[in-house]
Amino acid sequence: MKVRIQRDGGMAEYAVAARASQTVLDVVTEIQREQAPDLAYRFACRVGMCGSCAMEVNGVARWTCRTHVSRVVGADGVLELRPLANLPVIRDLVTDMAPFFEKWSRAGGQFVPKDGVVPAEFAVVPPASPQRREADAGIECIGCGVCYASCDIVSWNADYLGPAAMNRAWTLVNDERDGARAGRLRAVAGDAGCHSCHSTQGCTERCPKGLDPSGAIAGLKRTIFWGLA
Amino acid sequence: MRLWAIQRVTAAVLALAVAAHLATILYAVRGGLSAAEILGRTRGAEGWLLFYAVFALAAGLHGAVGLRNVAAEWLGWRGLRWDATWLAIGALTAALGIRAAWGLYHA
Ligand code: SF4
Ligand code: SF4
Ligand code: FES
Repeated sequence: MKVRIQRDGGMAEYAVAARASQTVLDVVTEIQREQAPDLAYRFACRVGMCGSCAMEVNGVARWTCRTHVSRVVGADGVLELRPLANLPVIRDLVTDMAPFFEKWSRAGGQFVPKDGVVPAEFAVVPPASPQRREADAGIECIGCGVCYASCDIVSWNADYLGPAAMNRAWTLVNDERDGARAGRLRAVAGDAGCHSCHSTQGCTERCPKGLDPSGAIAGLKRTIFWGLA
Repeated sequence: MRLWAIQRVTAAVLALAVAAHLATILYAVRGGLSAAEILGRTRGAEGWLLFYAVFALAAGLHGAVGLRNVAAEWLGWRGLRWDATWLAIGALTAALGIRAAWGLYHA
């Protein structure tokens, strides 16, 4: 199979043997081990937990360790790999995730215990309560940045917080142990926040964990509309 | 947030108002009402004046917020000066609409 990779010097082309159950990450690793030792890319867990291996695969952002080549290779047998969109490139396929995570903190992504102290006893939050369900639905984010790279608003407005950061904020807004709700809702409102989302659901469509950031953002809009209007 | 709320609320108003507006036009045209007959119905009719004043206001606001978003996202035109421009265009739209409604009422 033919593999084209966007590198610092431009597009580079490699030939790699197709194998059964081969993942995109396998292909990149093989190229780096056997053909281009200076190729920069990032991975850690290889099993879909760490969120570090995302790239643009034939134009679509994906987690590469859990993406089988056979499912994404073009009809022409070509695999084209580029670094994640909407983020600065450090080298080759490695992007700088700092702006992505900086926005998590701008969106109030930290848990703040009520009254500033973590209670000695474990809080009992009924698993069936609607708020708990909302929080649970968004909690499995691995911070891969796939949604962020797939969002048009991020590409149009560099300040836009993006789907992952607001998905995180929504889990905390629904966390009854949290004490920073009002400030967080203020942080995610406005032009850089949930009110700029077009609900196109690109993030939801692409999220490898099957989360629904678009729905989370709609939840933020609703909460702010009825709460602070 | 306030702009967003304005946009949604005016959208809801416009959805109803545009439908009513179109229905009125269809009725007037198909019924073959003359200009004089139409004026006869709108003159002194507070209901029509109010309806078209609200309609024009909603259209002006909706247009201003919408232009602001489209310009910011597609053209990168952001900032207070642009906001003022969109507000002025919206206010002009609303003013012209209300002026027209007032003309029918007062004719
Ligand atoms: S739903 Fe909103 S956050 Fe998600 S991709 Fe679309 S615009 Fe971006
Ligand atoms: S919401 Fe999904 S796509 Fe976005 S960073 Fe989290 S796991 Fe990745
Ligand atoms: S390498 Fe950890 S998620 Fe892909």
